[in-house]
Amino acid sequence: MTRRLAYFVMGFVVWMLLVYTLHYQEVIAGAGVALLTAAFFGQYLPVKPSRLLNPVRWFWLLVYIPVFSYMCLKCNIDVALRVLSPGLQIRPGIVKIRTSLKTEIARVFLANSITLTPGTMTVELKDDVLYIHWIEVGSSDMATASKAIIGPFEYFLARIFD
Amino acid sequence: MIEVLSWVSLCTGVGFTLLGCIGLVRFPDLYNRMQAATKCVTLGTCGIMLGIFLKTGFCALGVKALVCALFVLITVPVAAHALARGSLIFGVKLWKGTVKDEFTDDRGGESIIDDK
Repeated sequence: MTRRLAYFVMGFVVWMLLVYTLHYQEVIAGAGVALLTAAFFGQYLPVKPSRLLNPVRWFWLLVYIPVFSYMCLKCNIDVALRVLSPGLQIRPGIVKIRTSLKTEIARVFLANSITLTPGTMTVELKDDVLYIHWIEVGSSDMATASKAIIGPFEYFLARIFD
Repeated sequence: MIEVLSWVSLCTGVGFTLLGCIGLVRFPDLYNRMQAATKCVTLGTCGIMLGIFLKTGFCALGVKALVCALFVLITVPVAAHALARGSLIFGVKLWKGTVKDEFTDDRGGESIIDDK
């Protein structure tokens, strides 16, 4: 039930942001749609509702956003230089790394973060093993590769979701 | 000031989208192309959306742009992951300069690194 309630609140907030008005017709329509989706899909909410109210997790999420933006921009410039360099400076490969994150949602966010930072792309996520397509393979050793790819993210994601 | 910031954001967005498209043409195989096509373009789209938000401020259009940027950020990596995984399992060849492929090795299949 709390799952459905959390889902309803989130759906309603997204609806209100999308219409961005407090006109009563929009509010009623939004509440109706959010109620329907919550009734059908609320049970699939992948986080424990109690964790959504923990301010410490929200604080770490706020810290994570600038860190992620910085990493993303840095790696984007790196890939842009590779695109523009005349000799095609790439050495691609698929490497296997291991994560220490426990919950499923944290692993999914880790995989998404890896995919969004250019140069690395998650091609498979199986329990705690991730297969990463890396545009410039730095190290074949699993421990070094894990540190290079997920080191910056794991610290924050463990505090947000685990 | 905000006007200048919004133009900087818009131009960065368009620039990265262009670079992503150049990468799409230049990179040798599907997986490398996906790297250029999904990520530079994601950052480009988010830059354009942020530029629109800075231009219009907190009104229906600006907030919609921000929500769109968030949706793009969440959905693009999932789509890229699904496409890459499907292609690997189906056996789309990797470029001949590929250093290693632990995914196919661990699945016990034949190597799909292009040997031409």
